[in-house]
Amino acid sequence: MHPENSVAGGALPHPSDGYTIPHTHGPEEVPHTHPDPGVDPHEPLTTGPRALRVGIGGPVGSGKTALVAALCRALGDELRLAVVTNDIYTTEDADFLLRNGVLPADRVRAVETGCCPHTAIRDDISANLDAVEDLEASLGPLDLVLVESGGDNLTATFSKGLIDQQIFVVDVAGGDKVPRKGGPGVTTADLLVINKTDLAPMVGADLSVMDHDAKARRGDLPTVFLSLVEDRNATPVADWIRTLVATRVPAA
Amino acid sequence: MSGMSLATLLVLADGRLPSGGHAHSGGLEAQVSAGRVRDLDAVADFLRGKLATSGLVSAAFAAAACAHPSEWAALDQGLDSRTPSPALRKASRAQGRALLRAARAMWTMPLTGRDLHQPVALGVVAAAAGLGPAAAAVAAAHGTTSGAASAAVRLLGLDPYAVHGLLARLAPECDRIAADAAARADDPVDDLPAAGAPLLDIGAELHATWEVRLFAS
Ligand SMILES: Nc1nc2c(ncn2[C@@H]2O[C@H](COP(=O)(O)OP(=O)(O)O)[C@@H](O)[C@H]2O)c(=O)[nH]1
Ligand SMILES: [Mg+2]
Repeated sequence: MHPENSVAGGALPHPSDGYTIPHTHGPEEVPHTHPDPGVDPHEPLTTGPRALRVGIGGPVGSGKTALVAALCRALGDELRLAVVTNDIYTTEDADFLLRNGVLPADRVRAVETGCCPHTAIRDDISANLDAVEDLEASLGPLDLVLVESGGDNLTATFSKGLIDQQIFVVDVAGGDKVPRKGGPGVTTADLLVINKTDLAPMVGADLSVMDHDAKARRGDLPTVFLSLVEDRNATPVADWIRTLVATRVPAA
Repeated sequence: MSGMSLATLLVLADGRLPSGGHAHSGGLEAQVSAGRVRDLDAVADFLRGKLATSGLVSAAFAAAACAHPSEWAALDQGLDSRTPSPALRKASRAQGRALLRAARAMWTMPLTGRDLHQPVALGVVAAAAGLGPAAAAVAAAHGTTSGAASAAVRLLGLDPYAVHGLLARLAPECDRIAADAAARADDPVDDLPAAGAPLLDIGAELHATWEVRLFAS
């Protein structure tokens, strides 16, 4: 047991911390256990640094699954990657990825979220962590795990306990006011993707207004415009991820 | 229960503990869809039935695992044989795994299997938290009703105050079941309660085949 390797919150008492064993229990005491301080109770981590985890959030229909498919197309040959989807009711998103053949079935896991897609990515991330760990256990070391949220509203963001970086996807079809409305997704995501720019003329959305509002909301955080029907490989997003993977300082 | 920290029990039994419960309806979704549960009275009957069957078994195994945490494997097997539905076994193990994950960040946990049945995990966690079998049992009984009750609010659009009124009325029953369970915490595994609810088993199996559902179980 190396204390510096223990995960957050899971640090064990260590003999050098003044932990004393053995000790005796009085007869009235409720039976209880004491861990052997020499034994690490944590499951062994897969060897090497764990995969970079990128969360993809945003309202329903903004193009999250289409973006995941594009990233699989763009990065599937250069990175060892896997995907976790969080459908609200079904396994629709996972099925879409499989149908479109962008990723083999053993690289996609669907998490069920019990009516609360935001809970599953923020307040109680256990099922998503299980899915990520199961993927790493069955596939071996990975470079990148994409976690697609079930799609909620502008307030749903990922917990840092689940992901390293998050992308928030909105679309121009929802109107050019969305960046101005803000919310934690728009203001704090590590990358804001404004998708479906091909539809802008049809809905009368002014991209320069969206760009201006996004900059005002986000300060120095990056924003990219995208049309997944025109750029099937989501080039600016794939490049952003490539940079993250390349410059990543592996988790201890 | 002398020397037990009540606040620790509250932390463990809090519905906001990130231990996977929010995705499960405790079998209610299947019964709602079958038309057996439509209103508050039916939810009350459902919860009472659940408490008397799977609640009793859960409380007994939580108490026993708390009293004898090192026997988690035998208890886990005992609960497996009391859970005929594969879908319910899966749901119970998923929630046990999630609870153990949360507990590792909260207390110093002994080594166990990774995905224990939820009541066994709960007992082991309660022991690690310094709680006794009676506390573990009451947390198990309470969890049996509270998870399904919150699913009832979401599935049926019931008045949340009315549902909590129901939970308050069921509390003495939870205490009674937990006390019974704790009194048997030292019984051999084979002698622990084995009450079953066939409709819950059947419902869970059907539910697992649906294409569209709100809850994982
Ligand atoms: N016109 C247009 N449609 C898109 C674009 N990206 C996604 N879509 C479509 O938008 C719909 C919703 O996309 P999806 O990826 O399922 O959204 P999600 O709910 O966020 O996962 C689908 O019909 C996509 O084909 C785009 O850039 N332009
Ligand atoms: Mg989607």
